[in-house]
Amino acid sequence: MKSGERRVVITGLGVASPLGIGSAAFWDALMERRSVVRRITAFDPSTLMSRIGGEMPDFQLRDYIPKSHRKSVKLMSRDITLAVVAAHVAAMDAKLPTRSLVDRGDLEAGDLDPTRLGVNIGAGLICPDLSELGEAFATALDDSGQFDLKRWGRDGINNLTPIWLLKYLPNMLACHVSIIHDAQAMSNTVTCGEAASHLAVGEAYRTIARGMMDVCICGGAESKLNPMTATRPALMNRLVTDGDDDPAAACRPFNAERRGTVVSEGGGLLVLESLEHAQKRGARIYGELVGFGCAANTYSWIDPDPTGANIALAIKNSLADANLSPADIDLAGLCATGCVEHDASEMVGWRSVFDDAEKVDCAAVAVKGGLGNNGAGAGGIDLCAAVLAMHNNTVPPSVNVDPVDEQCPFAFAGNDPIDRRIDVLVSVAYALGGGQSAALVIRKVTE
Amino acid sequence: MAVTHRVVVTGTGWITPLGHNVEEVWQRLLDGHSGVGSTTLFDASTFPTQFSAEVKAFDLADHIGSHAERHSSASRNSQLAIAAAEHAWQQAGLRQWTALNPARVGVYLGGGEGPVDFENFAAAAVAGQLSAVEKGQSAMDAAAWGAVAAKRLDAMREFEQEPNLAAAHIAVEYNAAGPNLNTLTACAASTQAIGEATLIIQRGDADVMFAGGTHSMIHPLGVTGFNRLTALSTRNDDPQHASRPFDRARDGFVLGEGAGMIILESLDHAVERGANILGEIVGYGSTADAFRVTDIHEDGRGPVAAMRQALTAAGMTPADIDYVSAHGTGTSENDKIETLSIRQVFGDRAKNVSVSSIKSMLGHLIAAAGVVELIVCIHAIRDSVAPPTANYQTPDPLCELDYVPNEPRKMKIRAALSNSFGFGGQNDALIVTAPPSA
Repeated sequence: MKSGERRVVITGLGVASPLGIGSAAFWDALMERRSVVRRITAFDPSTLMSRIGGEMPDFQLRDYIPKSHRKSVKLMSRDITLAVVAAHVAAMDAKLPTRSLVDRGDLEAGDLDPTRLGVNIGAGLICPDLSELGEAFATALDDSGQFDLKRWGRDGINNLTPIWLLKYLPNMLACHVSIIHDAQAMSNTVTCGEAASHLAVGEAYRTIARGMMDVCICGGAESKLNPMTATRPALMNRLVTDGDDDPAAACRPFNAERRGTVVSEGGGLLVLESLEHAQKRGARIYGELVGFGCAANTYSWIDPDPTGANIALAIKNSLADANLSPADIDLAGLCATGCVEHDASEMVGWRSVFDDAEKVDCAAVAVKGGLGNNGAGAGGIDLCAAVLAMHNNTVPPSVNVDPVDEQCPFAFAGNDPIDRRIDVLVSVAYALGGGQSAALVIRKVTE
Repeated sequence: MAVTHRVVVTGTGWITPLGHNVEEVWQRLLDGHSGVGSTTLFDASTFPTQFSAEVKAFDLADHIGSHAERHSSASRNSQLAIAAAEHAWQQAGLRQWTALNPARVGVYLGGGEGPVDFENFAAAAVAGQLSAVEKGQSAMDAAAWGAVAAKRLDAMREFEQEPNLAAAHIAVEYNAAGPNLNTLTACAASTQAIGEATLIIQRGDADVMFAGGTHSMIHPLGVTGFNRLTALSTRNDDPQHASRPFDRARDGFVLGEGAGMIILESLDHAVERGANILGEIVGYGSTADAFRVTDIHEDGRGPVAAMRQALTAAGMTPADIDYVSAHGTGTSENDKIETLSIRQVFGDRAKNVSVSSIKSMLGHLIAAAGVVELIVCIHAIRDSVAPPTANYQTPDPLCELDYVPNEPRKMKIRAALSNSFGFGGQNDALIVTAPPSA
């Protein structure tokens, strides 16, 4: 936060994850050290390089949208659906009287200016539904049964629904959320892999601080549970390929024996608003966003920087923005995907923030061991976990971290959660591919 | 009051369907040339639309020499972006500025997803479908898909489709260690990227930003998507006259490809190093229609609000704007509602403001369209000339503005407004002026 700018607070959390939908279910799952990673059931994964992942529990989309949006469900890919669910959960948690919540009868109409409500949602490279495309492609085969581009252009193309493209544009997550909740202010879509949620929340924070809007639904959502999106990271040797016997233990963040990450799906969205706006409507305040920093990997667009320089710079910038020092951090929210080199880079990055101290008096939380990595939505889920830890003054257990890598400067909660007052947390994220990195500093608001 | 740094432009670069050199392409636009022709990047001969505006004769080594080798596996998007960045970087003279702090140099792109590896993508999808039919399943047989995918998919071609990769390549190539972001708000993306990069410098989070965009959707899946939406012109017998913004006979946009890049810099930083300043970004507005997924709000609510936000941010009124670079795609709806929106914002002044769409010549560069149009605005101000809307023959009673038909117009331009709108109700507007007088 810079001098002369407005204070920005978090008033709503919207988790839609394999570990549960809504803060209560999600928090219970964290406290119970649950891992929901298992053999993929959404499709037959038997010939894929990695066959395990974290899948959402069953839910009914109609529980999360107004009647007026039901006809638009056919325009929603899985990624859009996850963002819509998370946005509803976040707005409900914030008791924010958006058009949808009022129309649905969930909340009484209130004083909310739609032209001051914005959306900034991190999104991934959405892969089309392969069944839908395959069925259409199969109408354009030549005599030997091979796909024929000429036949496709002439006739086959007509077998694809006219609105097909609109399901797969990354900005359609934000678009549907803006329509459902009548958010007419700025709408942005950050597409930076696992860093997308943090970058979206950071940008939203700075935009509200400088008065361009009052409230923003921000974070990210993505589904990697599509044969193609579950294959891409495997081709880059980033997925656990031998986790079939014990899927729940496959993703091992910061573990000395880690061997990759696993795919997942879900969304994590937050409601941010100016302190003044939150106070005026008597909203519950989880914490104040006081710092944002981001940086690039200048070492490689493919591999993590072994010096962790991009992660360290993001954290240092966020602390400088917050006018805090590393010693002030009570909780480190880790990106910790379980990838061998990426986790090493993150550990080195964190350590350099603490002047390479071997151990620091700072708790840490890593949630991907229990639910996997859902790309652009992962950071939003990480942020919700960290903010809940602050809210409950409890560090939840991190699944599958033992035996912890000796390079890790943090102590994790083991089998049992740790009671600890958390006044300041720093949450970090970086893109596995591309290396964009971001850090957010959140501070408890005391009366 | 919060500190606000003024933000100036010190470098420009683009790779477009009319060439790769900024000054040459600018002249071709004034001369009304068209970059549209038959599609050669794939066999489109049976598609509803068989033409597009392709980038011609592109080789990254022509732009960055031997450094091209390390980007050899980069997607077409990333390669176009790197080349555009090189031109902008050279013009800005920042390579020679030894006091440059890499941590204060960032990148904010509106980069599209990389082109799909279509042949292999289709082969795997077909295998999954045929096996499903054989087994009597309704959904694709993912196991059959996977068997083909394992043999045919290439790791780097898949990896390079991620939309954040162009920005990542630039970070490495230019040692830009600061903020690094990509936005993909459809056809508004690079205008939004420039606006957001401007905000980052305004608030002091960086001194220098690469801002722009890159996109190529001239591949079978891209053309399929737009053809199914009936968004593309199908004037296959006369491609060079197919892009007809605001003309009554318009029948859709012409798909183009390319990249554009500008170097944004805080005024203080530019002055300190004695940089040649090309223009100043004074206003940015960004809104959502929040109306429908498939339609633009019929009152132009979102575009009106975005233009007004930009004017407010600039401390200007419509009387200060002499030229509007329209989004002007050449689709029936866009041009009608954009016209209506400009008339609402400009009121009585609407008939006196010059409005043109260079998409009539370059086609629609999708995520890269906005930055290219902003570079045009900078040159229009510099040379006191508004570029034409080509192919404007028959006035449309629903589009009544001065569209600078077919011939460039010598005129003093104090400030230019550049509009970009995207599917889903994304609206962005930028205002640029001449460099601050010394």
